[in-house]
Amino acid sequence: MSQTNEKFLEVNNLVVEYITGKQVVHAVNGVSFSLDKGHTLGLVGETGAGKTSIAKSIIGVLSDPPGKVRSGEILLEGKDLLTAPEEDMLQIRGKRISMIFQDPMTALNPVMTIGDQIAEVVALHSESGNTHEAKETALEMLKMVGITPERYDDFPHQFSGGMKQRVVIAIALACNPELLLADEPTTALDVTIQAQVLEMINDLKEKLNTSMILITHDLGVVAEMCDDVAVVYAGEIIEQGSKEDLFDHPAHPYTHGLFGSLPSMAKGQKRLHPIPGLTPDPTDLPKGCNFSPRCPYATDACRQGDIPLTELTPGHTCRCCNLGHLEKKEG
Amino acid sequence: MATTIETKAAPTIEIRNLKKYFKTPGGQLHAVDDISFAIEKGKTVGVVGESGCGKSTLGRTIIHLHESTGGQIFLDGEDITKLNKHQLRKAREKMQIVFQDPYSSLNGRMTVEEIIREPLALSKRFKKKELDEETERLMELVGIEPRLRASYPHELDGGRRQRVGIARAIALNPEFVVCDEPVSALDVSIQAQVLNLLMDLQDEMGMTLMFVTHDLSVVQHISDSICVMYLGQMVEKAPTERLFESPLHPYTKALLSAIPSVDIHNPSKRILLKGEITSPINPKPGCRFASRCPYATEACQQPQELVEVAPDHVVSCCRVKELNSL
Repeated sequence: MSQTNEKFLEVNNLVVEYITGKQVVHAVNGVSFSLDKGHTLGLVGETGAGKTSIAKSIIGVLSDPPGKVRSGEILLEGKDLLTAPEEDMLQIRGKRISMIFQDPMTALNPVMTIGDQIAEVVALHSESGNTHEAKETALEMLKMVGITPERYDDFPHQFSGGMKQRVVIAIALACNPELLLADEPTTALDVTIQAQVLEMINDLKEKLNTSMILITHDLGVVAEMCDDVAVVYAGEIIEQGSKEDLFDHPAHPYTHGLFGSLPSMAKGQKRLHPIPGLTPDPTDLPKGCNFSPRCPYATDACRQGDIPLTELTPGHTCRCCNLGHLEKKEG
Repeated sequence: MATTIETKAAPTIEIRNLKKYFKTPGGQLHAVDDISFAIEKGKTVGVVGESGCGKSTLGRTIIHLHESTGGQIFLDGEDITKLNKHQLRKAREKMQIVFQDPYSSLNGRMTVEEIIREPLALSKRFKKKELDEETERLMELVGIEPRLRASYPHELDGGRRQRVGIARAIALNPEFVVCDEPVSALDVSIQAQVLNLLMDLQDEMGMTLMFVTHDLSVVQHISDSICVMYLGQMVEKAPTERLFESPLHPYTKALLSAIPSVDIHNPSKRILLKGEITSPINPKPGCRFASRCPYATEACQQPQELVEVAPDHVVSCCRVKELNSL
């Protein structure tokens, strides 16, 4: 449909705030990235980094109040979703863009059979609105995610966590979306079930040439699933590039810290190398680099003004003003 | 009532054929079924398995938060399976637990200082002045700033809350501590801080640890040996390195292969399991993994014996020798 050189999704300078009483939570502070057709971008970061707020803004389900998109644009094949009228968004949401929510236990309606929950989306977005056809599609989706169609009339509580997550995935994929937002799709699952679900998402993605934004804090999942990675810290993308760039040549001190905290990366050494301190309070972000209070290399230059993105190699960018210094350290 | 037992390196904790069943409307739920192992003094055993496999119940049954249905528990060679109220209180000083959720396991109406002081005061080992000193020492030991003394748990972040939980658990110098998923509610960077703390404390105090978790990279890092559980039973136990190098039980193999690898040039080759988990309520005799096992045969319907394939390496699978050409 689109040319290979045209960006499928482009997010420019997105700013999201939550206003609670007198406080303003700066959740997303000027995030920009783009995504090609059929590619997968991983958004990595810790709790409260703003990953989910980014995804919710794209699909337009940010609860307002308290959430508010302050500025920026989200272009889906050139069309800005933020200024699109709600009627258009109703057509886009669930059909062209869909989202897998984090917690399968609460994402489903407990008083509706799982089959009807899948059929509902299909009926809403099909031209005829024919419920009979919708049911057929729902039955097919169940088969595709590996649940026997006989369980169409069962309720969510009759399923295990892994199976509920598959139902959520079936709903998200029922209308063959062009863009899938997967918010920690496997965090609530056990590893063997996680392996099944990841394999299934990959198969379906290939079949339908879906683009995906995968939100996770698990770098192992990123390594297996993504083409590109963006590391989010305190509402900013602090490093971005291809998976190879990030895993083989991490540049930002925070990215280094994330890898150092992983027990599986610390083979043969007894102590882990955690990042000291805590993530900053999003109502009161530090001046300059948000990571500077925890950064072992921080200098005075880090604590004033905005830190620009530096392009290290084509496509690999990093928000740090001490990069030269860091390279020397590594060498 | 002390029954002395003979073993090579005097294990701090030993369990023999431990069972814990729960009554449910559908029948007996076999949460822990016939598990035996010993942990040597100062060592760490990791217990891994998926949710619902009974790993937390195992930890809680050992330290008497649940009453066992059958089997024996020994602490320092002494049979502690049946204890009266007074004996239990004494035994609790020697065995403690760090809970999974630092948000709900601390009393929200007590300050940090009160929470840490409570076990010290209950033990009646300290005079009033010593109590304050000891509380301060513990706070310093686990890395909680003195200014947080009068804070309530809800004012602290998850990492600090877990440090309070750890301080409370180690307050009386216990010999044995069960860590029940102590870092799974925490972010990776905070997780690493808490894991380092636990390892440092163990080095300093010589505690014996049982580390219950579903996170395999965490147990690999912290444990000396690992016990893999599946639906209430121990399917394999081996020294950590050996288990990760040559897992033998089909379930262990699938479990290890399912960990997403962070090495992008060497992706893990996943063994995908088909089928759903069998019910732990009134389970049939025989291997409980058989319904998902690619190698299951008729013989797997019979009760399984633990096979010792190497020193300290036991596997509960009747086909283990044939499948791994041992």
